Amino acid sequence: MAQEKRVVFKSAWLPYALLLPQLAITVVFFFWPAVQAIYYSFQVQDAFGLRTQFVWFQNFAYLFHDSHYLASFRVTAVFSLLVASLGISISLLLATMADHVVRGAVFYKTLLIWPYAVAPAIAGVLWAFLFAPTIGLITYFLRQVGIEWNWMVNERQAMLMVVIAATWKQISYNFLFFLAGLQSIPKSMIEAAAIDGAGPLRRFWTIVFPLLSPTTFFLLVVNIVYAFFDTFGVIDATTKGGPVEATQILVYKVYYDGVQAADLGGSSAQSVILMFIVISLTVVQFRFIERKVQY
Amino acid sequence: MAQPRGGMVENRPIGNFVAHAILIVGVAIVAFPLWVTLVASTLSFDDIVHVPMPLLPGSHGASNYYHALVAGSERGSSAPVDRMLLNSLVVAVSVASGKIAISIISAFALVYFRFPLRNFFFWMIFVTLMLPVEVRIIPTYKVASDLHIVDTYAGLILPLFASATATFLFRQFFLTIPDELVEAARIDGAGPMRFFWDVVLPLSKTHMAALFVILFIYGWNQYLWPLLITSSESMYTVVIGIKRMIAGGDAANEWNIIMATAMLALMPPALVVVLMQKWFVKGLVETEK
Repeated sequence: MAQEKRVVFKSAWLPYALLLPQLAITVVFFFWPAVQAIYYSFQVQDAFGLRTQFVWFQNFAYLFHDSHYLASFRVTAVFSLLVASLGISISLLLATMADHVVRGAVFYKTLLIWPYAVAPAIAGVLWAFLFAPTIGLITYFLRQVGIEWNWMVNERQAMLMVVIAATWKQISYNFLFFLAGLQSIPKSMIEAAAIDGAGPLRRFWTIVFPLLSPTTFFLLVVNIVYAFFDTFGVIDATTKGGPVEATQILVYKVYYDGVQAADLGGSSAQSVILMFIVISLTVVQFRFIERKVQY
Repeated sequence: MAQPRGGMVENRPIGNFVAHAILIVGVAIVAFPLWVTLVASTLSFDDIVHVPMPLLPGSHGASNYYHALVAGSERGSSAPVDRMLLNSLVVAVSVASGKIAISIISAFALVYFRFPLRNFFFWMIFVTLMLPVEVRIIPTYKVASDLHIVDTYAGLILPLFASATATFLFRQFFLTIPDELVEAARIDGAGPMRFFWDVVLPLSKTHMAALFVILFIYGWNQYLWPLLITSSESMYTVVIGIKRMIAGGDAANEWNIIMATAMLALMPPALVVVLMQKWFVKGLVETEK
């Protein structure tokens, strides 16, 4: 703990009593399941769950030879990079414009932040309706310009649809953080550059964008974590990983293998791998923030 | 927005025009799905399957919302969602207030006391920031089933408490409360709990409001966990309910009822965001620090 209080209270039992509820919840619903996930990942269960066998790293070895699992890794990489990069660029553009306009900024902000409140599953349903193969409005417009749209059979279109739905929901979040970042940039720096004759675009790339880089990096990590986990609802309410596993992201496969296919060992091994991915992302983020953000 | 830019930096009308144009297009794209949902929730089933569906509201709104809310769908493929809305409300309010309650006292203990194992407990709590519930979903289900809380409110709510965001926020805030207040309290002979009720709680009001907004939305929008832990329709939350309405084929779905349900499911948290915008922004920015 970095900072401390100089003045504190003294009691032999009170701090433990105050911590007890949170510690109890943490042990029962966090540590115990996390340890179990690791334990299960070393086991194989028969189809009826009657016999279990300890198999060391066999589940992991099997996963890395499983073409379905490797495909799911690729899908997740494509999906999260698209969601993060699209979401960040669109939000940065909108935040820069909202920071620029004098009138109506509050109005635009209000109209841009509400999708944060929409559950990912609902976001998926709204876009699935717009993109519905026969009755969807966007499908209709696309057909007018000669594009045949059916995400239920076309793998790329399915991916595009879940990317759009997931990005749409996340724009408001990125927008707010960029706007806060933009508003913390000293106006005098921009004005100095303007006096030196730098145009708006040049000012953006040489002053504003570098100063926003901590925000951008933070959002990159947050968006990737979002795409990895929170988008489960988008996928499950629309494509269910299909067609032909084209949108089966890792967390969906954990769920599918563990719940639908009842492969406890394989699913737990996947959970453990996911844990490592999140922990490394978090560590990268912490180390970066320690070094970079105190400017 | 404190201070819009402009001022000394040249305020060229063309630049402003472009900015407004981009923002209007952005707002329109962001709002388009909501508008279509709203319109579809007021149309009849036949209006929707007659491609392209109209872009202006129809006259079946009352009937659609009645079917969505209390009567169930006309073709019997879905249950009424009034009970599910209530469940969502119970989950959202309990997750928000429960998490705030257990976090504020544990942060108080961590900041205002010195005791053996304090650092160990600190790390035990804060390591939970690293792992989202999705990663440990199946073992968590097993724990819930061992505790016999599957398909109950306790099962829906308690596992969502296991995260440290609120504790972290309160701890950061408590560290900024001046030490003089503790000294004054001690001179007055006030014990720690007295200090907690009379000083810490009133000072924490704005942080509690901001957290409540964020956690309410978090609880309302939960998906994977309610999907696993509930098995009877009377325990579904509305987000789960809507997913069960979508049978698969696109024209076969009763989209008018589904869209009315979608509006019912997204309006409460959306209104919270828009009406409590100040708390929402504060909570969002601070919990992610």
